[in-house]
Amino acid sequence: MPVYFLEIIVVSVGLLILMLDAFVKLEDKRTLSWIAMLGLAITFGLLFRVEWPESADGAFWQFYAANDHLSLFFKGIAILASLLVMIMAYDYSPVVVDQTADPEPGAHPQAGLGEFYALPLFACAGLMWMASANNLVSIFVSLETVTISFYVMVAYLRRNVGSLEAGVKYLILGALSTAFIVYGFAWLYGVTGSMQLPEIASALASPDVNVTAAMFTFALILVALAFKVGGAPFHFWIPDVYQGAPTPITAFLSVGSKAAGFIVLLRLISPFLASGMLVAKVAFVLAVIAALTLLVGNLAALPQKNFKRLLAYSSVAHAGFLLTALACSPTESAAKGGALTPVTVIAFYLGAYLLMTLLAFLVMTTIRKKIADESFDAYAGLAKRSPFLAAAMLIAMASLAGIPLTAGFIGKLFVFKLAIEQAQWFLLVVAIVGAAAGFYYYLKIAASMYLSEPNVKRGEEPDNSTIPIGKIARVAMILLIAAIFLVGVNPNLILGLLS
Amino acid sequence: MDTLLPITVFLPIVAALAIALGAPARFTALGAAAFTLLAALFLAMRFDTTLVGSFQFESSRTLVEIAGFPQLNLAFGLDGVSLVLLLLSGVVLLAAVWIAPGESSIKGSSRLYYLSLLLIGGGAIGAFCSTDLFFLYAFHELALIPTFLMIGIFGHGEDRVKTAWTITVYLGVGSLVLLVGLIMLVMGLGGNTFNVAELAALSKVPETGIAAGEQKLIFGFLLVGFGILVSLFPFHSWAAPAYSQAPAPVAMLHAGVLKKFGLYGLIRLALPILPAGMEALTNVLLILLLGNVIYLGLVTVAQKKLDRMLGYSSVMHMGYVFLGIAAANHLGVSGAVLLMFAHGISIALLFALCGWMRERFGTVDFDELGGIAKHVPKLGLLFGFAAFASAGLPGFANFAAEVAVFFGAFKGAENGIGWIQWTTIVALWGVVISAVYMLRAYRSLFMGDTPAKLESPADLTWATRLPVLLLLVPLMLVGFVPEILNQFIRPAVEGLFLVTPA
Repeated sequence: MPVYFLEIIVVSVGLLILMLDAFVKLEDKRTLSWIAMLGLAITFGLLFRVEWPESADGAFWQFYAANDHLSLFFKGIAILASLLVMIMAYDYSPVVVDQTADPEPGAHPQAGLGEFYALPLFACAGLMWMASANNLVSIFVSLETVTISFYVMVAYLRRNVGSLEAGVKYLILGALSTAFIVYGFAWLYGVTGSMQLPEIASALASPDVNVTAAMFTFALILVALAFKVGGAPFHFWIPDVYQGAPTPITAFLSVGSKAAGFIVLLRLISPFLASGMLVAKVAFVLAVIAALTLLVGNLAALPQKNFKRLLAYSSVAHAGFLLTALACSPTESAAKGGALTPVTVIAFYLGAYLLMTLLAFLVMTTIRKKIADESFDAYAGLAKRSPFLAAAMLIAMASLAGIPLTAGFIGKLFVFKLAIEQAQWFLLVVAIVGAAAGFYYYLKIAASMYLSEPNVKRGEEPDNSTIPIGKIARVAMILLIAAIFLVGVNPNLILGLLS
Repeated sequence: MDTLLPITVFLPIVAALAIALGAPARFTALGAAAFTLLAALFLAMRFDTTLVGSFQFESSRTLVEIAGFPQLNLAFGLDGVSLVLLLLSGVVLLAAVWIAPGESSIKGSSRLYYLSLLLIGGGAIGAFCSTDLFFLYAFHELALIPTFLMIGIFGHGEDRVKTAWTITVYLGVGSLVLLVGLIMLVMGLGGNTFNVAELAALSKVPETGIAAGEQKLIFGFLLVGFGILVSLFPFHSWAAPAYSQAPAPVAMLHAGVLKKFGLYGLIRLALPILPAGMEALTNVLLILLLGNVIYLGLVTVAQKKLDRMLGYSSVMHMGYVFLGIAAANHLGVSGAVLLMFAHGISIALLFALCGWMRERFGTVDFDELGGIAKHVPKLGLLFGFAAFASAGLPGFANFAAEVAVFFGAFKGAENGIGWIQWTTIVALWGVVISAVYMLRAYRSLFMGDTPAKLESPADLTWATRLPVLLLLVPLMLVGFVPEILNQFIRPAVEGLFLVTPA
């Protein structure tokens, strides 16, 4: 099966859901999310049966990378993230209905729910395409497909001020970053005379490249993509948008959007890093951004009281570790040690990040159904009430903090190894400070769950009933927990997918 | 290939999982701890003391091979040093689980309580028995979150949550620094293996060994990292509050067993692999360890509560172990290993009795207690033994070990008195300080007049006496016949100083 069928299938399922929502009278619109989950699961299976074209001559392959295993890996991340987001969206439906439904008589009680299940699919298709894009035009179009889907999804809860505010912020800053990237692309074309990434790479590698213009181009592109992945000092939208957006969409933003941002960053920055004239300067700028991101993300997370904001800063912090890996690209062409390159480390880290972040969000969505509060207070005394949910959250937090035998630890280990190999001592120190801060703020949630008593208003009985967990959500949580520990002792489970 | 050692390592962890899934908590934990101790004794009986500098009962299972990264092996093996620490862990784990309160008298989830105890003990055992650096590090970290929860939930005192934070963040930072040092160590030796024996062998060959300047840097990282974990001065401030507020079994396991990990790491890695780096920084280490022995010794004297005093005394005694390691000769290091065993057991014994007193009297404040030896004579007797052991009286293992450390550190004095000899002379005063605070504590708690309002509980029952004897008997056995453990330690320490790879 040709590789681009994957995107076509996902888009078709999305369109099918829209049509069903519009023209078929459904008793329970959550059925649509089943269709979406099924479609995504099938697409994920098909990922392993992809055939590459024999020659990449056709006009289509100018826009779509042929025979590229890294892109398959990132497509897998996009599909898996969307699938888990869909599971959360299923559980989250009462909140969506509550905040969107029309009070008009005669309207469907779940009006407005259908699109909530179609939009992630379109975003997913965009993310998948982005993983394969090898031309400035296709990069831009896929990036915008994703971003525009997210504009709608972030502001989806139209009766909720927070969600609308998040939507507007995301729209304005997203549009700004789009402007930067278009301008950067124009300069890139000017400097290299091509829209094709391979040709751009060879143009930048030639000794007569205009260094000043190339560095300006690099700066523009880096600014735009730092917006997408949450690199400091372009991270300001992240906490507000993460807090306001519907929880499943926050999860999608923090995993899908970040992974896609990094694959584009890798593809666009690699030519700069491969050029002997530019690599030292580029690596320096990246190291500065990485250090800033590590510091800002980790230190700003310390005083947070709202769990979604905490995860927002944590996502900035992890972007810092990922940028650190990128900044540790070898300055000499012959990398010593071999196969553990920044690219594989970033891919691995993102895979591990997906597992632990989505586990945290799954637990969070489940709790949000019962407790309409997203601050730490909602988690107080959770261990007594729902030991399983508390344990799942504890494992997610331990992995995010980088405790050994979890996936998160291996990711950090690889990043530290790269930094030591490239003698990036300053970055290493900053990364240690950041990781140490992580111990504190990730365990804060554990402290709330295990050490505090539930907050009760005066005169009210504490609610000690167990929080119900959806069947698929429970299965997904167990699978994610198992995956976190398995990857923690066998990183090849992810690394093996890269070759 | 030997399967008994991996089983010993995984037994507490598997038991912890079983408890999480619903097995009866106390019964499972006691069974697992008892079996672990039996297995450790069995291994000790089969241990071949004639082999110098090699691991025995080795088993290795390749988990994963990663391109451009050392492969990860789940590898276990014992030499004399790790065997002694395994025995220590087995004894203290069983005593700690035994002395833990019954399931019905635990406030909160008794499952979580026993599960955490097993994870702390199991993590330490795994770290001592691993011959793969990755797992050596990973097993130790297994204890981090259980310790946090144990102190935070089941600890006592107003600021137990704050204390739980302090210890967790402190140890977390320590292990991060350590992690960087370990990665540098592995990469300095070619970056192809995590196997401890192979790393040591590589370091002895001039072509693959680490240059002296780099050794100094790596040793610096290891000293800070391990130093934080062992509460080396000035990284000690987490220890005393944590031990005084933790539930007694956790204080026993942490002060008695887990803290030895940092010392074990220095002996296992720094001594054979980084001799030049260690030599360059010995003087720094000497000054820091005097901080432990003298400064913290005086701090200990000033304490007004038994639990805090014990916490500080355990920090103080670490100074002697460091002195033995800094001596970097056969006698000193053997003494250090023996002292790790002796101190681990004696401090566990003291914390066990202290916990019993706090539970029955409701306080361990020196001012609020007094003359209790009249009411609870058996406690008085056993506490006396424990206090004498801790102060290093002859007849207890601590004495034999401290003597070896001092003699080891004083070796070479015939060529003139150097830094280390001066340090030893000063550190000897620490013995006096120990005697001062231990005897003062004993006098104000057990002798003198009983405060009028003090209600005295019934004396120790067999339920407490048995685990206490479990700790006291090996302490005296080894005290009278140090050869019991020295036969294991001697060949292992010889192996550490081998110039050519075994």
